[in-house]
Amino acid sequence: MPKAVSVTVNGAQVDATEDMTALVAILLSGTTALRRSVSGEPRGALCGMGVCFECGVTINGERHCRSCQIRCAQEMDIRTDE
Amino acid sequence: MRAGAYDVVIIGSGIVGAACAWACANEGLRVAVIEADIIGGGATGAGMGHLVVMDDSEAQFALTRYSRSLWQQLARELPDDVEYESCGTIWVAADEEEMEAVRQKKEFYETRGVHVEVLDAKALRMAEPNLREGLVGGLRVPGDAVIYAPCAARFFIERAQSRGVELYLPRVVMEITAEGVRLNDGTVIAAHRVVNAAGTWSPMLTPGIEVKKRKGHLVITERYAGFVKHQLVELGYLKSAHSMTTESVAFNVQPRRTGQMLIGSSRQFDVEGKEVDANILRRMLERAAEFLPGVNRLSAIRSWTGFRAATPDKLPLIGPWPGRENLFLATGHEGLGITTSLGTAKLLVDQLLRRTSEIPTGPYLPSRVPEGVHA
Amino acid sequence: MNNSRRSFDVLVVGAGPAGIAAACCATQGGVRVGLVDNNARPGGQIWRGEAQNSDVVDAASWLRKLASSRAEILAPMEVFAQPEAGKLATTSSDGVCELSYKRLILCTGARERFLPFPGWTLPNVMGAGGLQAVVKSGMDIAGKKVVVAGSGPLLLAVAAHLRAHGADVRAIAEQAPWSRLIRFGMALASRGRKISQAFQLKKQLSRIAFRAGCWVAAAEGNDKVESVTLRTERKTWKERCDYLACGFHLVPNTELASLVGCELRAGFVRTDDFQESSVSGIYCAGEPTGIGGLELSIAEGQIAGFAAAGRREKAQEYFGERKSQRRFSTALERAFMLRDELRALSSAETIVCRCEDVKFGRLREQPSWRAAKLQTRCGMGPCQGRICGPAVEFLFGWKAESARPPIFPVAVGSLAATACAK
Repeated sequence: MPKAVSVTVNGAQVDATEDMTALVAILLSGTTALRRSVSGEPRGALCGMGVCFECGVTINGERHCRSCQIRCAQEMDIRTDE
Repeated sequence: MRAGAYDVVIIGSGIVGAACAWACANEGLRVAVIEADIIGGGATGAGMGHLVVMDDSEAQFALTRYSRSLWQQLARELPDDVEYESCGTIWVAADEEEMEAVRQKKEFYETRGVHVEVLDAKALRMAEPNLREGLVGGLRVPGDAVIYAPCAARFFIERAQSRGVELYLPRVVMEITAEGVRLNDGTVIAAHRVVNAAGTWSPMLTPGIEVKKRKGHLVITERYAGFVKHQLVELGYLKSAHSMTTESVAFNVQPRRTGQMLIGSSRQFDVEGKEVDANILRRMLERAAEFLPGVNRLSAIRSWTGFRAATPDKLPLIGPWPGRENLFLATGHEGLGITTSLGTAKLLVDQLLRRTSEIPTGPYLPSRVPEGVHA
Repeated sequence: MNNSRRSFDVLVVGAGPAGIAAACCATQGGVRVGLVDNNARPGGQIWRGEAQNSDVVDAASWLRKLASSRAEILAPMEVFAQPEAGKLATTSSDGVCELSYKRLILCTGARERFLPFPGWTLPNVMGAGGLQAVVKSGMDIAGKKVVVAGSGPLLLAVAAHLRAHGADVRAIAEQAPWSRLIRFGMALASRGRKISQAFQLKKQLSRIAFRAGCWVAAAEGNDKVESVTLRTERKTWKERCDYLACGFHLVPNTELASLVGCELRAGFVRTDDFQESSVSGIYCAGEPTGIGGLELSIAEGQIAGFAAAGRREKAQEYFGERKSQRRFSTALERAFMLRDELRALSSAETIVCRCEDVKFGRLREQPSWRAAKLQTRCGMGPCQGRICGPAVEFLFGWKAESARPPIFPVAVGSLAATACAK
């Protein structure tokens, strides 16, 4: 059984598991847009495998993290609004 | 193909060749530009795009100051993708000795009418909070700016073309002759005068030009708008640029309009290969981190190299090539080609038209090189 | 920056089927084997989320073999540079790790090819494999309307998987025409295993509208996709959906191979009979040598693993299987060739480079890829041209250039740590 963890997405608490990626936690929080492109378009995940960088969000203060590649951990702070 | 010879054929559409083409076209001259690859594809596309005044010699100062003011006048006309940002430069002093150098620079610039500002340690930290503690101060040069050079070169070519300049691209010049230039397909482009603006390739076309390739490395990061606000350069940069020894690195970081940080700089002679050297990269990045500790956590997305066209006395070659009636040079700009492209173009056109220039041209004349070197 | 060093006789990069097979076979040669992958668990894309007790027979048995082999798995860890011959620089949550090897086996797999069309940058428009990967990572797709589109056998596997997880798959739009698919089907018919796979799929996809010669002309929606416009030669219509899973077959991940000096031919890594590349001691197996599917990847991995461990006679035992599977690879290429209409989907305003938001109108003015990169910064963003590169190759014929470090974005401090003090 994958271990349950609690993360925050843009300040709101989300129940996740260690098996889920940060991307999934973001989607669970109801957020569709992961980032704004350089011309301001809302963007979501594209490739799902860590090559396109569309899923870049800020995790624990570090910007441009590929959320589709990073697994949730207890108290992980995820932000799409930077 | 037009009937009759061109007034001028310019070899190379880097920022220097492109600026020369536009300047010539503005004087009503009939101009052709020959480019072997792509506009701005040499040092222009590899370098930092820093518009900067330099005080390492009167001649360097005169040319950079003249050129910088031409850029400032042009700024409003530049299209958006040239990304002209007047962010200014801060020359960073790490100790008292360097702070003394800062004061001397201030003296030098102010007596010559360039506005600068001395920053003490506190003011430096306020201007650039991501610089490490313990730096003693710096010299802020507000009139300096940053551009994206390949688009500037393209803009100059477009302006030149709108005034009738013809661009031959891609075409390779095999030989400069008395009639003009001969291309690799045998075509001869007839011209009264030829300008060799081919950067690191210029000695291939004009044997005897003392231009050596000086390799540089750069790294660009993801977007971190506000991480630095000015172009930050250590005072030791000048030592690195002046040194004739094999390799050196110096702290030089630029904020791009995109919010990306461009991290340099390195200099190496006698290396032909374009590959990124892991050890040089390490030294360069470690040097950057000594001034900006937070740089280590920024995400680096690319590294690349390029070659500057370096001359023995660190001044460019602008003017007629002795021994050849129809040949002019506009090359050898080392790390200042972007800045001095506009000044170079003016000086070159003045000489083509036998006009007096706004600054003395002697220091940049190819004929200043000692005898015995010319073909 | 923590710097650590590990050393292996044989280092395998990529823990998909090819890499797993290579690692298992290399260990049988009694040498020290390391297996690096940027995902937490082995499996790559096709076996993502599969475990030793999986229903997927191949995956289960190979993952068991891997677990009981003496190969050391280093994951998640991402290779980003080669500081000198015989060493790779990697990054993980523990910092930089320099991996030394005597022999290297590159099994870096493939990624989807994306082609731009109006609306393709809307949230919830993803790759076909992309959506499948996200669902495998835990996203709930139950009750959601999905259109699966693009090209390649992956579309069917994705549609089946999504359906099995409760998605309402509205349509599968395959751009290849029926005539080519039928010929492909007949090529499949000659291989027993593939027939049973095909029957299984047919069952899983019953009652889903499958349209050949059909492609997405546009995606529509405000802040996410709400409908797509589907088109065939004869008609155009809209289909409402919550997700569009769209990918055009696969392109090989050859960046690391390029970086370490392997020669490419027609975009794939050139290898000899023993899967050795143009660089002595560096092998390559799986999709980077040619898009050929699961069984071919496994066969090549086995050959490379044995060869790299110095057991060439053992490697030769798999030559026959590889030869047989290569025919499938050729059939694949022919069947799923991209039609010309796909070049004409973008308007001047359609974004082609998603990292730098470079539009089609600006790109088509450029004389070459190098000029486009310098003038527009297309391909100069964090994806390093992995997404827009195959698109501009299809749209304009522009070919990708050689790779430079870092081949994935990496912290400046990690890039600085890669050269050992000399």
